[in-house]
Amino acid sequence: MSPDASGLDVVIDAVTAVFLVVGALMSLGAAIGLLRFPDLMSRMHAATKPQVLGLFLMLAAIGLQMRTWWVWPVLLVAWIFQLLTAPVSAHMVGRSAYRTKHGHREKLTKDELEAVVQRAAAGQEPRSEN
Amino acid sequence: MKEVVLVVTAVILSLAAAGAIVRIAIGPSLLDRVLASDVLLAILGAALAIDMALNKHLNNLMLLVALAVIGFIGSVTVARFVAERREQNNES
Repeated sequence: MSPDASGLDVVIDAVTAVFLVVGALMSLGAAIGLLRFPDLMSRMHAATKPQVLGLFLMLAAIGLQMRTWWVWPVLLVAWIFQLLTAPVSAHMVGRSAYRTKHGHREKLTKDELEAVVQRAAAGQEPRSEN
Repeated sequence: MKEVVLVVTAVILSLAAAGAIVRIAIGPSLLDRVLASDVLLAILGAALAIDMALNKHLNNLMLLVALAVIGFIGSVTVARFVAERREQNNES
Protein backbone atom coordinates (compact mmCIF):
# COMPACT_ATOMS: atom_id res chain seq x y z
CA MET A 1 0.00 0.00 0.00
CA SER A 2 1.34 3.39 -0.97
CA PRO A 3 1.88 5.86 1.88
CA ASP A 4 -0.07 8.65 0.13
CA ALA A 5 -3.23 6.60 -0.19
CA SER A 6 -6.42 8.57 0.09
CA GLY A 7 -9.39 7.55 2.18
CA LEU A 8 -11.16 5.71 -0.63
CA ASP A 9 -8.05 3.69 -1.39
CA VAL A 10 -7.81 2.62 2.23
CA VAL A 11 -11.45 1.53 2.20
CA ILE A 12 -11.02 -0.38 -1.06
CA ASP A 13 -7.90 -2.09 0.21
CA ALA A 14 -9.63 -3.07 3.43
CA VAL A 15 -12.62 -4.50 1.55
CA THR A 16 -10.22 -6.37 -0.73
CA ALA A 17 -8.38 -7.83 2.23
CA VAL A 18 -11.64 -8.97 3.82
CA PHE A 19 -12.78 -10.55 0.54
CA LEU A 20 -9.50 -12.39 0.07
CA VAL A 21 -9.38 -13.73 3.61
CA VAL A 22 -13.04 -14.80 3.60
CA GLY A 23 -12.57 -16.43 0.19
CA ALA A 24 -9.57 -18.34 1.50
CA LEU A 25 -11.63 -19.37 4.54
CA MET A 26 -14.17 -20.86 2.12
CA SER A 27 -11.44 -23.16 0.83
CA LEU A 28 -10.48 -24.07 4.38
CA GLY A 29 -14.11 -24.78 5.19
CA ALA A 30 -14.36 -27.05 2.18
CA ALA A 31 -11.25 -28.94 3.27
CA ILE A 32 -12.58 -29.35 6.82
CA GLY A 33 -15.89 -30.50 5.43
CA LEU A 34 -14.13 -33.00 3.19
CA LEU A 35 -12.29 -34.42 6.17
CA ARG A 36 -15.11 -34.49 8.70
CA PHE A 37 -18.33 -35.23 6.82
CA PRO A 38 -19.37 -38.89 6.81
CA ASP A 39 -20.33 -39.66 3.22
CA LEU A 40 -20.00 -38.44 -0.33
CA MET A 41 -23.21 -36.44 -0.56
CA SER A 42 -22.41 -34.23 2.42
CA ARG A 43 -18.85 -33.84 1.17
CA MET A 44 -20.26 -32.60 -2.12
CA HIS A 45 -22.17 -29.99 -0.15
CA ALA A 46 -18.94 -28.76 1.40
CA ALA A 47 -16.99 -28.84 -1.87
CA THR A 48 -19.16 -26.23 -3.62
CA LYS A 49 -18.21 -23.44 -1.22
CA PRO A 50 -14.85 -22.44 -2.74
CA GLN A 51 -16.11 -23.12 -6.26
CA VAL A 52 -18.91 -20.55 -6.17
CA LEU A 53 -18.77 -18.13 -3.24
CA GLY A 54 -15.01 -18.35 -2.83
CA LEU A 55 -14.40 -17.67 -6.51
CA PHE A 56 -16.89 -14.79 -6.41
CA LEU A 57 -15.08 -13.16 -3.50
CA MET A 58 -11.69 -13.60 -5.17
CA LEU A 59 -12.88 -12.14 -8.48
CA ALA A 60 -14.53 -9.23 -6.68
CA ALA A 61 -11.22 -8.56 -4.94
CA ILE A 62 -9.44 -8.55 -8.31
CA GLY A 63 -12.00 -6.15 -9.73
CA LEU A 64 -11.66 -3.84 -6.74
CA GLN A 65 -7.88 -3.82 -6.99
CA MET A 66 -7.65 -3.25 -10.74
CA ARG A 67 -9.76 -0.06 -10.50
CA THR A 68 -10.92 -0.20 -14.11
CA TRP A 69 -14.40 -0.80 -15.40
CA TRP A 70 -13.67 -3.02 -18.37
CA VAL A 71 -12.34 -5.80 -16.16
CA TRP A 72 -15.70 -6.43 -14.46
CA PRO A 73 -17.41 -8.09 -17.49
CA VAL A 74 -14.43 -10.40 -17.93
CA LEU A 75 -14.57 -11.42 -14.28
CA LEU A 76 -18.34 -11.86 -14.55
CA VAL A 77 -17.88 -14.18 -17.54
CA ALA A 78 -15.36 -16.26 -15.60
CA TRP A 79 -17.70 -16.49 -12.61
CA ILE A 80 -20.78 -17.31 -14.68
CA PHE A 81 -18.85 -20.04 -16.44
CA GLN A 82 -17.97 -21.61 -13.12
CA LEU A 83 -21.58 -21.15 -12.03
CA LEU A 84 -22.80 -23.04 -15.10
CA THR A 85 -20.34 -25.92 -14.93
CA ALA A 86 -20.35 -26.60 -11.17
CA PRO A 87 -23.98 -27.87 -10.99
CA VAL A 88 -23.48 -30.11 -14.03
CA SER A 89 -20.41 -31.82 -12.63
CA ALA A 90 -22.03 -32.06 -9.19
CA HIS A 91 -25.08 -33.64 -10.81
CA MET A 92 -22.94 -36.19 -12.63
CA VAL A 93 -20.94 -37.06 -9.52
CA GLY A 94 -24.05 -37.31 -7.36
CA ARG A 95 -25.88 -39.41 -9.92
CA SER A 96 -23.09 -41.92 -10.27
CA ALA A 97 -22.65 -41.92 -6.49
CA TYR A 98 -26.31 -42.82 -6.09
CA ARG A 99 -26.17 -45.46 -8.80
CA THR A 100 -23.07 -47.11 -7.38
CA LYS A 101 -24.58 -47.07 -3.87
CA HIS A 102 -22.16 -44.75 -2.15
CA GLY A 103 -23.02 -43.20 1.15
CA HIS A 104 -25.44 -44.10 3.87
CA ARG A 105 -28.83 -44.57 2.32
CA GLU A 106 -30.48 -45.05 5.71
CA LYS A 107 -29.46 -41.56 6.87
CA LEU A 108 -31.55 -39.86 4.21
CA THR A 109 -34.79 -38.39 5.49
CA LYS A 110 -36.40 -38.54 2.04
CA ASP A 111 -35.31 -40.50 -1.01
CA GLU A 112 -37.31 -39.38 -3.99
CA LEU A 113 -34.95 -40.90 -6.51
CA GLU A 114 -35.38 -44.50 -5.38
CA ALA A 115 -38.88 -44.93 -6.84
CA VAL A 116 -37.76 -43.41 -10.14
CA VAL A 117 -34.72 -45.66 -10.37
CA GLN A 118 -36.75 -48.75 -9.55
CA ARG A 119 -39.39 -47.83 -12.12
CA ALA A 120 -36.70 -47.31 -14.76
CA ALA A 121 -35.07 -50.62 -13.88
CA ALA A 122 -38.43 -52.36 -14.04
CA GLY A 123 -39.16 -50.78 -17.42
CA GLN A 124 -35.83 -51.78 -18.86
CA GLU A 125 -35.52 -55.24 -17.40
CA PRO A 126 -38.95 -56.75 -16.64
CA ARG A 127 -37.58 -60.27 -16.40
CA SER A 128 -35.16 -59.41 -13.59
CA GLU A 129 -38.03 -57.91 -11.59
CA ASN A 130 -40.17 -61.02 -11.95
CA MET B 1 -1.28 -4.77 5.04
CA LYS B 2 -0.65 -6.42 1.67
CA GLU B 3 2.00 -8.68 3.18
CA VAL B 4 -0.27 -9.55 6.11
CA VAL B 5 -3.10 -10.53 3.76
CA LEU B 6 -0.68 -12.54 1.64
CA VAL B 7 0.67 -14.47 4.62
CA VAL B 8 -2.75 -15.09 6.14
CA THR B 9 -4.28 -16.34 2.89
CA ALA B 10 -1.19 -18.44 2.14
CA VAL B 11 -1.46 -20.18 5.50
CA ILE B 12 -5.20 -20.74 5.12
CA LEU B 13 -4.88 -22.08 1.58
CA SER B 14 -1.98 -24.33 2.55
CA LEU B 15 -4.04 -25.87 5.34
CA ALA B 16 -6.98 -26.28 2.97
CA ALA B 17 -4.79 -27.91 0.31
CA ALA B 18 -3.33 -30.24 2.94
CA GLY B 19 -6.83 -31.28 3.97
CA ALA B 20 -7.87 -31.90 0.38
CA ILE B 21 -4.72 -33.94 -0.26
CA VAL B 22 -5.37 -36.01 2.85
CA ARG B 23 -8.86 -36.73 1.56
CA ILE B 24 -7.41 -37.70 -1.83
CA ALA B 25 -5.04 -40.08 -0.08
CA ILE B 26 -7.49 -41.75 2.31
CA GLY B 27 -10.68 -41.32 0.28
CA PRO B 28 -12.56 -44.59 0.46
CA SER B 29 -13.88 -44.44 -3.09
CA LEU B 30 -12.93 -42.99 -6.44
CA LEU B 31 -15.66 -40.36 -6.33
CA ASP B 32 -14.36 -39.03 -3.01
CA ARG B 33 -10.98 -38.56 -4.64
CA VAL B 34 -12.52 -36.84 -7.65
CA LEU B 35 -14.38 -34.47 -5.36
CA ALA B 36 -11.28 -33.74 -3.29
CA SER B 37 -9.20 -33.09 -6.39
CA ASP B 38 -11.91 -30.70 -7.57
CA VAL B 39 -11.56 -28.84 -4.28
CA LEU B 40 -7.78 -28.84 -4.73
CA LEU B 41 -8.28 -27.29 -8.17
CA ALA B 42 -10.53 -24.62 -6.64
CA ILE B 43 -7.82 -23.89 -4.06
CA LEU B 44 -5.27 -23.50 -6.86
CA GLY B 45 -7.61 -21.10 -8.62
CA ALA B 46 -8.00 -19.15 -5.39
CA ALA B 47 -4.21 -18.89 -5.11
CA LEU B 48 -3.99 -17.58 -8.68
CA ALA B 49 -6.73 -15.05 -7.96
CA ILE B 50 -4.99 -13.86 -4.80
CA ASP B 51 -1.79 -13.38 -6.78
CA MET B 52 -3.68 -11.34 -9.37
CA ALA B 53 -5.47 -9.22 -6.78
CA LEU B 54 -2.42 -8.42 -4.68
CA ASN B 55 0.00 -7.80 -7.54
CA LYS B 56 -2.59 -6.01 -9.69
CA HIS B 57 -2.24 -7.88 -12.94
CA LEU B 58 -4.58 -10.01 -15.04
CA ASN B 59 -2.15 -12.54 -16.48
CA ASN B 60 -3.78 -15.55 -14.83
CA LEU B 61 -7.39 -14.84 -15.74
CA MET B 62 -7.51 -17.17 -18.73
CA LEU B 63 -5.71 -19.77 -16.63
CA LEU B 64 -8.51 -19.45 -14.08
CA VAL B 65 -11.14 -20.11 -16.74
CA ALA B 66 -9.07 -23.03 -18.05
CA LEU B 67 -8.95 -24.46 -14.52
CA ALA B 68 -12.75 -24.34 -14.40
CA VAL B 69 -12.92 -26.19 -17.73
CA ILE B 70 -10.45 -28.82 -16.57
CA GLY B 71 -12.33 -29.39 -13.33
CA PHE B 72 -15.64 -29.69 -15.13
CA ILE B 73 -14.41 -32.10 -17.81
CA GLY B 74 -12.45 -34.15 -15.29
CA SER B 75 -15.28 -34.70 -12.84
CA VAL B 76 -17.88 -35.39 -15.54
CA THR B 77 -15.62 -37.87 -17.31
CA VAL B 78 -14.68 -39.77 -14.17
CA ALA B 79 -18.28 -39.83 -12.94
CA ARG B 80 -19.38 -41.25 -16.28
CA PHE B 81 -16.58 -43.81 -16.24
CA VAL B 82 -17.42 -44.98 -12.72
CA ALA B 83 -21.09 -45.42 -13.59
CA GLU B 84 -20.43 -47.44 -16.71
CA ARG B 85 -17.83 -49.61 -15.04
CA ARG B 86 -20.07 -50.43 -12.09
CA GLU B 87 -22.97 -51.25 -14.41
CA GLN B 88 -20.78 -53.67 -16.33
CA ASN B 89 -19.70 -55.27 -13.08
CA ASN B 90 -23.31 -55.66 -12.04
CA GLU B 91 -24.21 -57.30 -15.31
CA SER B 92 -21.35 -59.74 -15.29
